[in-house]
Amino acid sequence: MKRVLIIGATSAIATACARLWAAEGSDFFLVARHADKLEITAADLRGRGAKNVVEHRMDATDVAAYPEMLEHCLKALGQIDVALIAHGTLPDQQACERDVNLALQEFANNGTSVIALLTLLANQFETQRCGSLAVISSVAGERGRPSNYLYGAAKAAVSTFSEGLQARLFKVGVHVLTIKPGFVDTPMTQGLNLPAALLAQPAQVAERIVHGIAHKSSTLYTPGFWALIMWVIRSIPQPLFKRLNL
Amino acid sequence: MSTDLHSWGRYPQTAQAGHACPWIDGLTDHINRVVDKHGSSLPYGNGRSYGDSCLASSDQVLQMRALDRFIRTDWQHGIIRVEAGMTLAEILAAAIPQGWFLPVTPGTRFATVGGAIANDVHGKNHHRRGTFGNHVLRFGLLRHGEPARICSASEHPQLFAASIGGLGLTGVINWADLQLMPISASQIDSTTVRFANLAEFFSLSRALDHQHEYSVAWVDCLAKGRETGRGVFIVGDHARYGSLEVAKSSSLNVPFTPPFSLINRLSLRAFNTLYWHAHPATPNQQRSAYEPFFYPLDRLQHWNRIYGRNGFQQYQCVIPEAAAEAALAELLGVIAHSGQGSFLAVLKRCGAVASPGLLSFPLPGTSLALDFPQHDDLNHDLFPRLDAIVRAAGGRLYPAKDAHMSGSDFRQAYPAWEQLEALRDPSLMSRFWKRVIL
Repeated sequence: MKRVLIIGATSAIATACARLWAAEGSDFFLVARHADKLEITAADLRGRGAKNVVEHRMDATDVAAYPEMLEHCLKALGQIDVALIAHGTLPDQQACERDVNLALQEFANNGTSVIALLTLLANQFETQRCGSLAVISSVAGERGRPSNYLYGAAKAAVSTFSEGLQARLFKVGVHVLTIKPGFVDTPMTQGLNLPAALLAQPAQVAERIVHGIAHKSSTLYTPGFWALIMWVIRSIPQPLFKRLNL
Repeated sequence: MSTDLHSWGRYPQTAQAGHACPWIDGLTDHINRVVDKHGSSLPYGNGRSYGDSCLASSDQVLQMRALDRFIRTDWQHGIIRVEAGMTLAEILAAAIPQGWFLPVTPGTRFATVGGAIANDVHGKNHHRRGTFGNHVLRFGLLRHGEPARICSASEHPQLFAASIGGLGLTGVINWADLQLMPISASQIDSTTVRFANLAEFFSLSRALDHQHEYSVAWVDCLAKGRETGRGVFIVGDHARYGSLEVAKSSSLNVPFTPPFSLINRLSLRAFNTLYWHAHPATPNQQRSAYEPFFYPLDRLQHWNRIYGRNGFQQYQCVIPEAAAEAALAELLGVIAHSGQGSFLAVLKRCGAVASPGLLSFPLPGTSLALDFPQHDDLNHDLFPRLDAIVRAAGGRLYPAKDAHMSGSDFRQAYPAWEQLEALRDPSLMSRFWKRVIL
């Protein structure tokens, strides 16, 4: 049984993780933007064994709303054993190239909002001196590719921030996990033409995340073979990389 | 969007493009979009129907699997409301710790609730509890261009009856209320005994079925002469004492489809002979987890791939009580002579509990099911001969397993087809329905 805070709780990967914790009889504080989807998700988790599930509506980019959210969360859960930051979007790269405001908005959705949340939650965890802070970054953050470098840049910021935080909080007994999923079959990736052999199911990814949190992993590629793929991609020298269309 | 969906038998091999809808409240718009774009469609669950009943005539299916949530649970009375794409495995995982079990379960737990209703599936306790449809309290039904409906025995009773066993043609089932069955332990106490021929099967069934919740038999489909229909009889009951434990999911997997079938005459004969001899001649009592008892094949994920690229067909028929023994002897004789068949040929006596469904498959009598690697001769030689025996005995084939039956056989065996056709949502059409109706 765990006390779990999830930001972006209605996303496919977050839901799949929550189901595994629900089966252990965990308590949840779920944060998401849409009240109806939150309600559907909460009912499902209750059906699957969750004890107390509290829903909280919040836009993840609304930084001013964070303190109130955290206050409600602590009132509901007492302490946070696991915080999972899972919200995000998949920006239209070409649209972002034409529209600065859209680019900045998408950077906020996937980058600065995550950093802001990590900043606030880190202090709570530092006080607790226990618990796991897990954040979903992406393999896309490891190289800037022409097809989605705005998303990649935001995720690179998250990964680097998370790495630094990991080193800071490790000393006080708090676990920080950076999760780097590859291609996952979710509503976010619907409509993309992704290679079927590389496409993972959310349940499969969730199992690895929940295991990684239980075993205090530092960085988690999921599925695991992405560690190898990314090692190869990181090894491509710049003069060659810039000629590719990845 | 998945573009490579198939039926479980991977025959016919027409790949389906799947259109998934992640949220139940967006389903109506989603259906409209798909139907408007492609003319017609068909709900597709987890692809556990064997033949072409889960394939859309447009090859564009509404992929329901993503709608897999609990909506409401009442563990005091064992009543749950779930979205239609939830699998039976997911229900069991949540219900068992609360002391509840599915009142009827087919031989795989990876079927969806929507699929279980649309095919009105049955299981090893048909003689006691009838079909899955007997335990469905109500469900939501979306028909193209019509307001959402709730169907039950008292609300839209005609659509309720037509949708149970309605092969997904009456509308899209978006959620269902199910009545579960209480258990005090998840383990099964079973008794196994082998029998030497078909006559012994019937006497065992008459002696044991009414004493047990579950009853099923495996037959050696290659045994000939006096040994025709030899096999292993298995009865079981939920343990009275034990624990409430959910089965772990399996990691065994057939990772790819081999170019040819691994089931051939040699492997088949060796397996069947060994399997029969491995079972004791006197009754043997055992306690097992529910999973190996109900779902022995679920342990090997993608087991359908062992039949190779050509896929396979399952032949499942039910023969009315009076004619059952003679017709089954004939069927098994023809099959044994052909030397084809499967590791697991299953005999099951069905009971008299009437289903609310219009086109429900079981009838009081005995059902035989077995798999055949796909081969041109099947449709032109073996199956027509089996069909003739079934027809003469007044039996019928199971649409959920079928990829070959003739339109006239279907319409003869399921006279209510006209009522279903009249209630069919015109925007839904399967390859099966097109084959047997038009």
